[in-house]
Amino acid sequence: MPSDNATPLDITGWTCPVPLRNHPNIIMGHGGGGKLSAELVEHLFMPAFSNPVLTNLGDAAELSLNGARLAFSTDTFTVRPLVFPGGNIGELAVNGTVNDIAMSGATPLFLSTGFILEEGMDLSLLGAIAQSMGEAAAAAGVSIVAGDTKVVDKGHGDGVYINTAGIGLIPEGVNISPQRARPGDVVIISGTIGDHGIAIMSMRAGLEFDTVIQSDSAALNGLVAALLEVTRDIHVLRDPTRGGLASTLNEIAQASGVGIAFDERKLPVTEPVRSACELLGLDPLYVANEGKLAAIVPPESAEEILAAMHAHPLGRNAAIIGSVTAENPGVVTARTGIGATRLVDMQVGEQLPRIC
Amino acid sequence: MKYLEEFRDPDLAQRLLDDIRRTVTKPWAIMEVCGGQTHSIIRNGIDQLLPAKVELIHGPGCPVCVTPLEIIDKALAIAAQPGVIFCSFGDMLRVPGSDKDLFRVKSEGGDVRIVYSPLDALQLARKNPDRQVVFFGIGFETTAPANAMAVAQAKRLGLDNFSMLVSHVLVPPAIEAILTSPSNRVQSFLAAGHVCSVMGTWQYAPLVERFHTPIVVTGFEPLDVLEGIRRAVHQLEAGDARLENAYERAVTFEGNVPAQKLLSEVFEVTDRTWRGIGTIPQSGWKLRPEYAQFDAENRFDVSGIHTQESPLCHSGEVLQGLLKPNQCPAFGRQCTPQTPLGATMVSSEGACAAYYRYGRAAINLTESARA
Repeated sequence: MPSDNATPLDITGWTCPVPLRNHPNIIMGHGGGGKLSAELVEHLFMPAFSNPVLTNLGDAAELSLNGARLAFSTDTFTVRPLVFPGGNIGELAVNGTVNDIAMSGATPLFLSTGFILEEGMDLSLLGAIAQSMGEAAAAAGVSIVAGDTKVVDKGHGDGVYINTAGIGLIPEGVNISPQRARPGDVVIISGTIGDHGIAIMSMRAGLEFDTVIQSDSAALNGLVAALLEVTRDIHVLRDPTRGGLASTLNEIAQASGVGIAFDERKLPVTEPVRSACELLGLDPLYVANEGKLAAIVPPESAEEILAAMHAHPLGRNAAIIGSVTAENPGVVTARTGIGATRLVDMQVGEQLPRIC
Repeated sequence: MKYLEEFRDPDLAQRLLDDIRRTVTKPWAIMEVCGGQTHSIIRNGIDQLLPAKVELIHGPGCPVCVTPLEIIDKALAIAAQPGVIFCSFGDMLRVPGSDKDLFRVKSEGGDVRIVYSPLDALQLARKNPDRQVVFFGIGFETTAPANAMAVAQAKRLGLDNFSMLVSHVLVPPAIEAILTSPSNRVQSFLAAGHVCSVMGTWQYAPLVERFHTPIVVTGFEPLDVLEGIRRAVHQLEAGDARLENAYERAVTFEGNVPAQKLLSEVFEVTDRTWRGIGTIPQSGWKLRPEYAQFDAENRFDVSGIHTQESPLCHSGEVLQGLLKPNQCPAFGRQCTPQTPLGATMVSSEGACAAYYRYGRAAINLTESARA
C-alpha cells in the first residue's frame, strides 16, 4: 500500500503531444515504435491521408467489401543483421504482416512483397532469404501473390529491405480492436517477452555477446484461431513488436480510454533475456517481440483462453499479468517486485543503454 | 537470476521497511548520491513504501546530468566535423546542447556511434586509420578506469587518430560542496556503491568526521538501498556519525588498487563545472600533460565555445536536493523526456526523468488506494 508520503503530482495542466516541429529532420527514434513514431503518424501522415478507416489506428485496417470484412496491413523490414539467431529478415517480413492481420482476428490469406536491393547484395543470401519467406508463408497458410524489386546504388541500403502487405478475412462475430478494452478485462501475454530484441542486439557491433537467446519470430494466426475457438468475444489483440509490451499496453490504454495495471512479477521473461537486460541497462518491457501477442479478454473467459494458449506451441508460457481498470485512464501501471506501484510510460525514442 | 533475485525479495524488503518504521522517530533527509540508486528507488517504488519521516533527496550522481552544457556543445561541434567518428555511451546522444543533440548531428550526416566501452572506440580507431575517432569520456570514478585504459593503450599503440573529450567528475568533492552549502538539508548520505568499488571507502572517512554526517556505502538492488537507508536511519536516530559499508559484496576499504594506480597515471584533478550546480573546486579529472595529445579539446579547435545554461531549468536545485523534480515549474510542461531542458530529464538515471517515467500517476494511485 502506498504510504502517505507518495509525492503528489499535478497532472491536470499537461499538454501532450509535443509538436513534431521540434525535430526538423527524421531521427532514428522516429522508427522506434514509441512516442516519436506515434507523433510522426499523428502529425504528418494522418493529416495527409485522413480517412475514417485509417483513424482507427489498429495493426490492420478493417474494410468492408460486398459484405465481406477484410483486414489489410503492410509492414517494412530493415533489420540488421539480415540473418540472426532464430530467423532472418525474410521470415520476419512474412510473419510480421501475417501477425498484423491476425491481430484483428482475421484469417490471413494473401501477401504481396517488395524488395529494395543494394547493388552488390550476395545472390545466394537473397535466395536463402526468399526461400525462407516461401517456407514461412506456407507455414502460416498464406500465399505470396504479387511482388516487386528495385535496386539502389551500393552504399544506399543494407543489402535488402523488404516490404510486405497482406489481406485476410475477418470471421463473422469477431470484433477485435484496440478501442475495445473494458474495465474488468484480463490482460494475458502469450509468452516470454524481449527475446527478439535481445537476439538482434547480441549480434550488433560492439555488443556481440555469445547467447542462447533466439528470436521468437513466428506467425501467430494459428494461435489466434485457437483462441477464437474458445470465444469470439476477444476484445483486443496486439503483437508487441517495436517499443515492446510497455508501448503496446499504453496504446491500448489510450485507445480504449482505460487504465491497465499489471504485476511485474508475473511477466514471463527468460533468464538469459533478463540477464542481458540487466547487463545492458534495458527494460524487457520495452524490448521488441516478433512472435508474441497481448490479449485483452472478458474476465469470464480468461482462464479458458489461457488454457487454450498453454495448449498451443506458441503459447506454452502464456500468463495472466493484470487487468483493465476504470481508474487512471490512458495510463499503464505496474506493481513492482517489492510491492510498490510505478508508472509504465511509453518509450520516447530508441531505448538507450544506460551508462553505469 | 539467483544473484539478483535474492536482493529483490519482497518479504525481506518488508522486514527492512518494518525495521525502518520502528526506528524512525524524527524526520530525516537522506541523499542517495548516485543516479543508479535514484533509478532503482523510483523504478521499484521504494520512496512510496518508506515512512513519511524519511525523505530521500536525489543527489548529483548522474554523469549525464552533470556534464556541463559547454562540453555538450563542444561534443556537437566535434561530432559534426567531416572525417570524425564520434563515439559515446547511448545516454549522451539525447542530451540537449544549446540548439541540438547528438541524434540531430547524426541525422544531419555526422558519424555518431553508440559504443558500450571506450575500448570499442579504440578498436574503431585502429580499423579506420584515415578517420579521427573521438570518445566522449564522461562519468564518475566508475567509468573512469576504462577510459584511462583506452587512453593509455592509445599511447602505447602510438595511435594518432584517437582522442577523448574528457569531463570526468568526482563524488567526494560534490558531497563536500553540498555539506558546506548554506542551504544544505542533507543529514546523511548513501554513498555510491560502484564508485566505491573502484575508489574504496577510505576517501569518505574524513567527510564523516569533519561534518559529523553518517555515510553509508550502498548498492543498487531494492534490498541494498533499503539496507543503506536502514543503517543511515539507525545512525541518525542514535546521533552517530560513522562510515558504514552496506555493500560489502562489491566494496572494500582500499578499493581497486590497480585501477586507482592507472587513474592517477592518466588523469589529474582539476576544477570542474557541474551542470546546474556550478564550478566545484578539485571535483574532476582531466588528462595529464603527458597525455595531452589525446585530449580532443586540443586536437579540435573548440576553445571558442562558451555556453550558458537555460534559465528555465532548475536542475541545479534538483541536483542539490533543494527542489523535487515535480516542484519545478517546467516539469512535465516545457520539459519532458522528449523535450528535455536539462540533463536530469534526459538520462534514465536523471531524477527528473525517473520521476516522469515512473511517478507521473502517483497521485491517482495514492488516491485510488485510499478510496
